[in-house]
Amino acid sequence: MVSLVSKPKVGVVTFPGSLDDRDAQRAVRAAGGEPVALWHADADLHGVDAVVLPGGFSYGDYLRAGAIARFAPVMGLVISGARAGLPVLGICNGFQVLCEAHLLPGALIRNAGRRFVCTDQWLRVERADTAWTGSYEPGAEIVIPVKNGEGAYVADSHTLDALEGEGRVAFRYLRGNPNGSARDIAGITNETGTVVGLMPHPEHAIESLTGPGADGLTIFSSLLNRLVAA
Amino acid sequence: MSIDSVSRAASTPDEPLPYADLGVSKEEYERICTILGRRPTSSELAMYSVMWSEHCSYKSSKVHLRQFAQKAPKNERMLVGMGENAGVVDVGNGLAVTFKIESHNHPSYVEPYQGAATGVGGIVRDILTMGARPVAVLDPLRFGPADASDTARVLPGVVAGIAGYGNCLGLPTIGGELVFDPCYAGNPLVNVLCVGVLPADGVKYAKATGVGNIVLLFGARTGGDGIGGASVLASATFDDEGKPAKRPSVQVGDPFTEKLLIECCLEIFAEDLVVGIQDLGAAGISCATTELASAGTGGMRVNLDTVPLRDQTLAPEEILMSESQERMCAVVEPAKLDRFLEICAKWGVTATAIGEVTDTGRLEISWRGESIVDVPPRTVAHDGPVYDRPMRRPADLDALRADSPDRLERPTDLRKTLLRMVSAPNLAGKRWVTDQYDRYVQGNTVLAQPEDSGVIRVDEQTGLGVAVAADGNGRYTRLDPYQGTQLALAEAYRNVAATGATPIAVTNCLNYGSPEDPEVMWQFAESVRGLADGCQQLGTPVTGGNVSFYNQTGTTPINPTPVIGVLGLIDDVARRTPSEFADGARILLLGDTKDEFGGSEWAWTEYGHLGGRPPEVDLERERLLAQVLVDGAKDGLLVAAHDLADGGLAQALVESCLAGGVGAQVSLTGDAFVALFSESAGRAIVAVSDDRFEQLCAERGLLVTEIGVATGTDLNIDGVLSVPLDELRAAHETPLPQLFD
Repeated sequence: MVSLVSKPKVGVVTFPGSLDDRDAQRAVRAAGGEPVALWHADADLHGVDAVVLPGGFSYGDYLRAGAIARFAPVMGLVISGARAGLPVLGICNGFQVLCEAHLLPGALIRNAGRRFVCTDQWLRVERADTAWTGSYEPGAEIVIPVKNGEGAYVADSHTLDALEGEGRVAFRYLRGNPNGSARDIAGITNETGTVVGLMPHPEHAIESLTGPGADGLTIFSSLLNRLVAA
Repeated sequence: MSIDSVSRAASTPDEPLPYADLGVSKEEYERICTILGRRPTSSELAMYSVMWSEHCSYKSSKVHLRQFAQKAPKNERMLVGMGENAGVVDVGNGLAVTFKIESHNHPSYVEPYQGAATGVGGIVRDILTMGARPVAVLDPLRFGPADASDTARVLPGVVAGIAGYGNCLGLPTIGGELVFDPCYAGNPLVNVLCVGVLPADGVKYAKATGVGNIVLLFGARTGGDGIGGASVLASATFDDEGKPAKRPSVQVGDPFTEKLLIECCLEIFAEDLVVGIQDLGAAGISCATTELASAGTGGMRVNLDTVPLRDQTLAPEEILMSESQERMCAVVEPAKLDRFLEICAKWGVTATAIGEVTDTGRLEISWRGESIVDVPPRTVAHDGPVYDRPMRRPADLDALRADSPDRLERPTDLRKTLLRMVSAPNLAGKRWVTDQYDRYVQGNTVLAQPEDSGVIRVDEQTGLGVAVAADGNGRYTRLDPYQGTQLALAEAYRNVAATGATPIAVTNCLNYGSPEDPEVMWQFAESVRGLADGCQQLGTPVTGGNVSFYNQTGTTPINPTPVIGVLGLIDDVARRTPSEFADGARILLLGDTKDEFGGSEWAWTEYGHLGGRPPEVDLERERLLAQVLVDGAKDGLLVAAHDLADGGLAQALVESCLAGGVGAQVSLTGDAFVALFSESAGRAIVAVSDDRFEQLCAERGLLVTEIGVATGTDLNIDGVLSVPLDELRAAHETPLPQLFD
């Protein structure tokens, strides 16, 4: 039950070139939270309880996807906040930013098929105990749209083994790997389960009217349940 | 370097200028001299040449396009009609919708990726200029034969260009077309339709009013790309070798800059900071300054030295003609200038004052201290030449029509025919293309391809939405341009209604060969007449559009190809009707089927035959069908609906089965071949869960026939054929990946 006093505040960062920022705000609202628009040049986080880095082409994806956004003024605060336990979710371009910021290991490179891919994708929830996945059933199989040109997750084999060994693969592609990601990895988490990055777009799966279903809403409600319980 | 100033032009009346190389005829050049009372300066000639080109002036089409206004049905929703950058329609709830199609055919052949990308960018700026947030695009595409080597060059580049630009802008692609035909081999058609949403009281206009108001250029810097593209590239026929006769570079797009420009403009509009605004597209600064000035107080003074350049070596003529992308021109009151610049700075958008509004009735442009342009702007922008070109019914038309498909042998094994048809490139699944487009961004896409029309929610509170479809059939139009164009209108109208939306307005992209060919001109005139009459009868006004001439290779024109876009309104998008069958639903066929194969996909796919007459068109029946589909959706009577068009009933059944992942048990009366593959217009299939919809049809007098039920894992047509869904899916979905991977 969400507190009557105030809803948890979830910041959604808009970089120049962010596209799914308003969609992420809508998803936060649908899950019962209060979205707070954060601007890339902001010098403070406006007291938010968590942050979403949304999808898009921040700074045109020039140089490398996420490479410039990682140096935006607001990211300094996001990075230090994340290190202190602030829940942070990176979706698609946001995941790329988290990797560039070294909050998550590995990198996202051009799709194996060399083309942008937009499709409804089956995923398995491998970790149902992070800040962003706590309300899923362990092993749940869900459908969320994936849409990216540079979504192939890569890391050296040592890192991949470590991620698997520590149970830090949060989502895995099922019934087909849309972009050639190593070990079918769709999303990962940090050691403490507070920072999660994934290529698929849960904000586009919050209702069957505008998405393939509502499987993605649970990511946002997981966070809000966690914040309210805390 | 000496500057060809106005005073120099006056003192050197006999100096020859290369007007013919710029596509200006001798008569047109003399007219310019008469207007100015002297020879034009080279900068003035550059401006007149681009603005009087076919592409910008509509000089060959104007006399025909007037019918759209003359025959326009009364419509209280229309806020802005033809003539502005795009038409605007009031959709209620304080909102308005604007939509329009543009072509980028020639650039996309020369440089497929950038040609298609900047095609998206251009139409998006047209929509933005009206004061709207662009919310969706559709891409009707036509290429040469699917297995031609040049198609393998052009198609992947075009699709990647649309994806690369549209996806990066955050615009969902919700529909379009993909057609292959040899007539497009040297001249692909890349049309883009864009839809935007704005406050009903927030329409912006391209006008420079108010003496002393400031003219600003904002967005990208001006470079040397696309110089003369409008007059030279778009208006010159490709020669037989497939190379442009004259070849300037195609423009290069930067979607990131355009995205910033969109957000920047929307913030500026929200604070009501502009008096007038115009995007820079074809003819760049020449177009924007003359159009703004002639629609406003009448005069403008511009200092060309202030234009931010990417290339400092550009001559003034080049700056005036450059088609560098992602630029806008605004007219701002001095008191609002600071705030305007502040918002531009926030988005990192370069903005520069380049001039001011005057009441002199002249557009005066200076460069390095010299006056290089001094013209009445209206003579450049609006009072260009108008041609009533000669027309002649094509000499081969009678022979073509006499060559009826009745002579073609009809199949006995319909199973084989069905599998060949659903895997023919024109009917095969389009996911290889459409999966490269983001259809989800903005979070308001309710239906997207392969549905009959794309449906977008425009008001989250009430569920108000719009549906858009774009259709054309060059084969039908070749056989009968009047009827073929009405068939295209009917199909788009039906597609919108099939998803549950009421059709309310029309846009068009008219793709034809050379207007200097009397037979092409006849095709064009007949098409326009057909569309104007059709829109009058259906009560859906034409709100705007685009004409693309000179689509031909050598002297061989493309099939005349009008692409008609229809906008529909749906009160609550939760009531939209999808095309996918649900297990257990009964399948009904609406409308009646005749033996009609002229111009059909069957005749084309199986025999390469194009002849006879296209299907009959009955717009009253279309209107009835649409009303029944819309009312059925409103009352929640429909599980699914799917329009019947290319490939007939067979194609529609296959698509609805595959989309729903369920088979169908169907029984047909009469000739099964005709029932399955005829392309009679005015038909749809629907799936229902009870008999209330049939009652509705009976009350309205619409012929309805129960033909089966959605069930099982096979498409089974009693006594005719049976195919497992998996086999159908493989036949339908593998051809495009096989061709283009």
